[in-house]
Amino acid sequence: MHAIEIQDLSKDYAVGFWKKTLRPALKSLSLTVESGETFGFLGPNGAGKTTTLKLLMGIIFPTAGSATVLGKSVHDPEVKKRIGFLPEQPYFYDYLSAPELLSYYAQLSGVPPAGRKERINSLLERVGLGDVGNKQLRKFSKGMLQRVGIAQAIVHDPEVVFLDEPMSGLDPLGRHEIREMIQGLKDAGKTIFFSTHILSDAEALCDRVAVIHKGELRGVGVVNDLRAATGGTSEVIWQNAQVLTAVSSLVMEPHVSADTVRVTVSRENLDPLLEKLRQQSATLISVTPLHGTLEDYFLSKTSESEKEGAAV
Amino acid sequence: MTSRLSAIALNTFREAVRDRVLYNLIIFVFLLVASAPLFSQISIDVERLILVNVGLSAISLFGVIIAIFIGIGLVSKEIERRTLYTILSRPVRRWEFIAGKYCGLMMTLLVNAALMTVGFMIAVMITSHGLKAQDMHLLVAVYFTVLEFMVVTALTLLFSSFSSPIFSAILSFSLFAIGTFSLDLRNFAASAHGITKMFALAAAYLVPNLASLNVIAQVAHDQPVGGALVLYNTLYTVLYSAAVTAGAVLIFERRNLK
Repeated sequence: MHAIEIQDLSKDYAVGFWKKTLRPALKSLSLTVESGETFGFLGPNGAGKTTTLKLLMGIIFPTAGSATVLGKSVHDPEVKKRIGFLPEQPYFYDYLSAPELLSYYAQLSGVPPAGRKERINSLLERVGLGDVGNKQLRKFSKGMLQRVGIAQAIVHDPEVVFLDEPMSGLDPLGRHEIREMIQGLKDAGKTIFFSTHILSDAEALCDRVAVIHKGELRGVGVVNDLRAATGGTSEVIWQNAQVLTAVSSLVMEPHVSADTVRVTVSRENLDPLLEKLRQQSATLISVTPLHGTLEDYFLSKTSESEKEGAAV
Repeated sequence: MTSRLSAIALNTFREAVRDRVLYNLIIFVFLLVASAPLFSQISIDVERLILVNVGLSAISLFGVIIAIFIGIGLVSKEIERRTLYTILSRPVRRWEFIAGKYCGLMMTLLVNAALMTVGFMIAVMITSHGLKAQDMHLLVAVYFTVLEFMVVTALTLLFSSFSSPIFSAILSFSLFAIGTFSLDLRNFAASAHGITKMFALAAAYLVPNLASLNVIAQVAHDQPVGGALVLYNTLYTVLYSAAVTAGAVLIFERRNLK
C-alpha cells in the first residue's frame, strides 16, 4: 500500500464575475509516495502545489480524479487522525498561547487527556519554544509561528506529515532550524510530503521529488537520478595530446597539461570519442559522469513547458 | 464528537472574551447602575417604565450587535487566516465546525446577557426600592432576548458560510430589522390579494418572527407573559435556528475553501 496515491487529480477554478470561465489549476496529476519516504513537491509560485495539498487535505474538492492517503479516502476521519498538515505561512489564533493552541489541536485530533500536557511541553521543547510560557501568539515572530506550525502538525504523532512551503519567508537561521526539524521527522520514520520552491532544501532532504509547472506534472524521480539525467555529460581524461586535433569536434572545454588531456563530452558523443581514442592508441585514464544539480533539472522541466506554450 | 464540538465552542468563546468584546458590558452595567438615581428624579409613575424599556432594549440591542459583529467573521476569518485548514485537516467534520462556532458564540452572548441582566436588576432594585413578584416577568423578557440571539446568530452564521463579512452584516441587520416588524408583514399579507398575498405570506413566514419575542412594553407595564407564549417562542426559536443552521451546514459542506 502506498502512503499517498494520487490518480488523475484535476482542479478547475471558476473565475470572473459570473464564475463562467474555468481556470485549470491542476491537470490530471498522478503520483505515489511510499511509506517512510520524504517527497519534495517542487514548482514555481502558482504551479499548483498548494491546490494539490488542499485537495489532499479535503479542504477543496477535485473536479476529477481521486486521492488516497494510507489507503483510504482523504475525507475519512480515521485517515485524518493519522496525518498532520502545516499550511503555507500559517497564522494562528492571536489571543491564545502556544500551549493553549497545541492543547486545542490535540483535542481536535483525539489525543487522550492523560499525558496531553506532558506531550505538549516536550513538543514545545523539541521545536525550541520551551521558554515561551503563556505569551500570546500575536506577539510571536514569523520564525516562532512557523515552529508552532510544525508543532501543531505533529502534536498527535501522525504517520504522514504534509508541509506547504515550510521554509518560506524565513531567514537562513530559521530555514536551517526547520530543516533540522524535518530531518528529525524523517529520522523518526515519518512519511513527509512537502512543497517548496527552494531547491537546495529539497536536494538536502528528499528521497524523491516531483516537478509541477502550470498545473502539470513535468517529472518525478529519485533526486540523484534526476540530477544525472540533467547532467548527461562526462569528463574524459587520456594521455596523448596529439589526438586532440582528431577529436576536437566531439569534445568541450579541453584542458591540456604536458601530454595529458581533460575534456567534457556529451552523452551522445561519448562512444564515438572512446572509439577514436582507441583507434589513435591514446591511453585512457578515466571516464567520470558529471551530475547536474536539481536546479538544472527543475529549470529544464519548467522551460520545456514554456517552449511548448510558445509553440502552441 | 462532543469533545471536538466543545473544543471549538470553547475556543470561540475564549477568543471573543480575550478580544475584549465583553468589556463593553462593563461600561453598560456601570452606566445603567449609575443612572438609576437619575430615573427617580422623574415622576414616580414613569421612572420604572423608562428604566425597564431602556434596560431591556439595551440588553437586546447590545447582544444583537455582538452576535452580528462576531458572527460575520466566524467562518470568513478562519478561511482568511487559514486557521480553518489546520482544523479541517483533522478528524473534524464540517458540521461540527459550524455547530461548535454557533455554540461558542451563544456562550459569549449568554455570559454577556447574564452580566447585563445582573446590572439591570440592580438598577431596578435601586429605582423601585426592592424587587416585587412581578419583576420575574422581566426575566421572561430577558429569556426571549436570548431566544432572539439564537435566531440572529444562526442567520449570521448562515450568511457567513457563503459571503463576505460586509455582505453578511448587511443581510443580518436587514433581516433583524424586518423580523422586528414581522407582525406588520403578516397583517399586510392577511389584507393583501392575489399574487401580492402569496409573496407577502411567503416572506412573512420566511423572515424570523422577532416581533413575538419582544415583550418589553408588556413587562414594563407589569403585565404577565403567558406560559403558552413562552412555550411557542421556545419551540419556534429552536426549530427556526436549527433549520437555518442546517442551511449553513449544507452550504459549508460543499464549499471550496480558497
